Amino acid sequence: MHPAFSVVFFTTATGAGYGLLALLGVLAGQGFVPPDFWLGIVGMGLALGLISAGLLSSAGHLGRPERAWRAFSQWRSSWLSREGVASVATFVPAGLFAIGWVFLGRTNGWVAIAGLLAAAGAVATVCTTGMIYASLKPIAQWHSRFTLPGYLIFSAMSGSVLLNALLQGFALGSTIVLAGCTLLTLLGWGWKLATYRYNDRLEIPTNANTATGLAGGTVRSLEWPHTEENYLLKEMGFRIARKHKARLRQITQVLAFALPVLLLIAALALRWPYAAVLSALAATVQFAGMLVERWLFFAEAKHTVTLYYGR
Amino acid sequence: MTCLPAHTDKKLGLVIDLDTCVGCQACVTACKEWNTGGHMAPLTDIDPYGGDVDGVWFNRVHSYEHVTEMGGRTVNFPRSCLHCDTPACVTVCPTGASYKRASDGIVLVDEDKCIGCKLCSWACPYGAREFDTDVGVMKKCTLCVDRIYNDNLAEEDRVPACVAACPTSARHFGDLGDPASAISQLVAERGGVDLMPELGYHPTNKYLPPRAHTTRAASVLAPALEPVRAEGGFLGWVDRMLSH
Repeated sequence: MHPAFSVVFFTTATGAGYGLLALLGVLAGQGFVPPDFWLGIVGMGLALGLISAGLLSSAGHLGRPERAWRAFSQWRSSWLSREGVASVATFVPAGLFAIGWVFLGRTNGWVAIAGLLAAAGAVATVCTTGMIYASLKPIAQWHSRFTLPGYLIFSAMSGSVLLNALLQGFALGSTIVLAGCTLLTLLGWGWKLATYRYNDRLEIPTNANTATGLAGGTVRSLEWPHTEENYLLKEMGFRIARKHKARLRQITQVLAFALPVLLLIAALALRWPYAAVLSALAATVQFAGMLVERWLFFAEAKHTVTLYYGR
Repeated sequence: MTCLPAHTDKKLGLVIDLDTCVGCQACVTACKEWNTGGHMAPLTDIDPYGGDVDGVWFNRVHSYEHVTEMGGRTVNFPRSCLHCDTPACVTVCPTGASYKRASDGIVLVDEDKCIGCKLCSWACPYGAREFDTDVGVMKKCTLCVDRIYNDNLAEEDRVPACVAACPTSARHFGDLGDPASAISQLVAERGGVDLMPELGYHPTNKYLPPRAHTTRAASVLAPALEPVRAEGGFLGWVDRMLSH
């Protein structure tokens, strides 16, 4: 599948943003993070900023962005529509929580409820994003039991690493948060390795025989219907990543998981401000790593239409 | 509404005979010619005379080499929308632009509602949908809805343009939901198959596999003229005279 940068950035940014929003909603709403004006402004600004930037980026992917409002209508059948509804609905409790926590300095009563609702909305939105991909039967690498948990794990992982960087930046770092985001990064690494292993052993029942209805023997593409690449090949016949698969997987593992884990463990041993610098570095490196991971998620995915072209 | 109809009154579709298709591309050009002025018009061409040609087509004819223990053969394979019974391209649509008609089962796109998110083309395993980068919306085969119900055309012309154009009658149009229809009986008689049945899209269109290789015909490697058995009568006399 063609990895359009707008969609790669969208899923990476909103994943991290919703992860951070959910953690802030639960932890700050329950009083585990003190109501600090600047911490609140930066934290909620970062979470909602990542979410908004991601959503705007995804709108840029559309052929007719001015009609994007229509995408809220088909939530009964479409995961993409559900994602649109959930993402916009989450802004309501998230906005109320931001007002209460940041501007009124409250962490109890309706602010706590708004925080929990924002967290629930964030989790629901990430689920809908994961299901968009997991529900597509023509792409075996996406239509698997690894896709939805993967989106949730990576969202929690990148959100927690951001939260840790944020708290460390305000000298509010805690060993529990630091250890938690390190463990989540290790979990993300394990999940990605398991996904690679599953995809490499995938036996897809769909082949050139079933695609053409020609039973038995071998079916070889002699001639395409067209001489140049068409929409189908540009959008779904992307092949560059398969050539550099091993190298790109290594880059993903180093940037998204290995390096952040090392930096976070080092931060655990150091004091402020060194721990804060390392935490911020871990979050930045991981975000870059997750962009590569998401790029590869698209580029490695093989659509059944490529069978018609002998690819 | 992108939820699927529980039942369609008819299942209009095509049956494509892979035995008789000669890969002449007449259906391809007839489709383009009709539909670039039809329901989903235009079928935009990008840089049509340049070095990087691209454009929207509803019907594409591939050629394959199919090799079995019986030998090899070339199979020409037209590929277009199969108007599936459970089309995921419809249910994934976030705007309601894609829909399946309850009256005849045809899958269509309302161009005025499409936001061009391309998700339907990802959901179609058959590559039936093509994005028009110029207009910014998704386009697909309409089964020529503007021909098959068109009172301005002579009755025999009320078939999809690809069917009307086919010089070898490899393309058939009809109601596949009615087991008594001529097209359904053709499918039953020739053992018509679904494409990628394992994915569960239940395509309406069927493909008739090429007929089995025959052993009755003379081998192409046989000698052009075989020796004639000595006979009596006139032919025997001719044979003897020519043998001198």
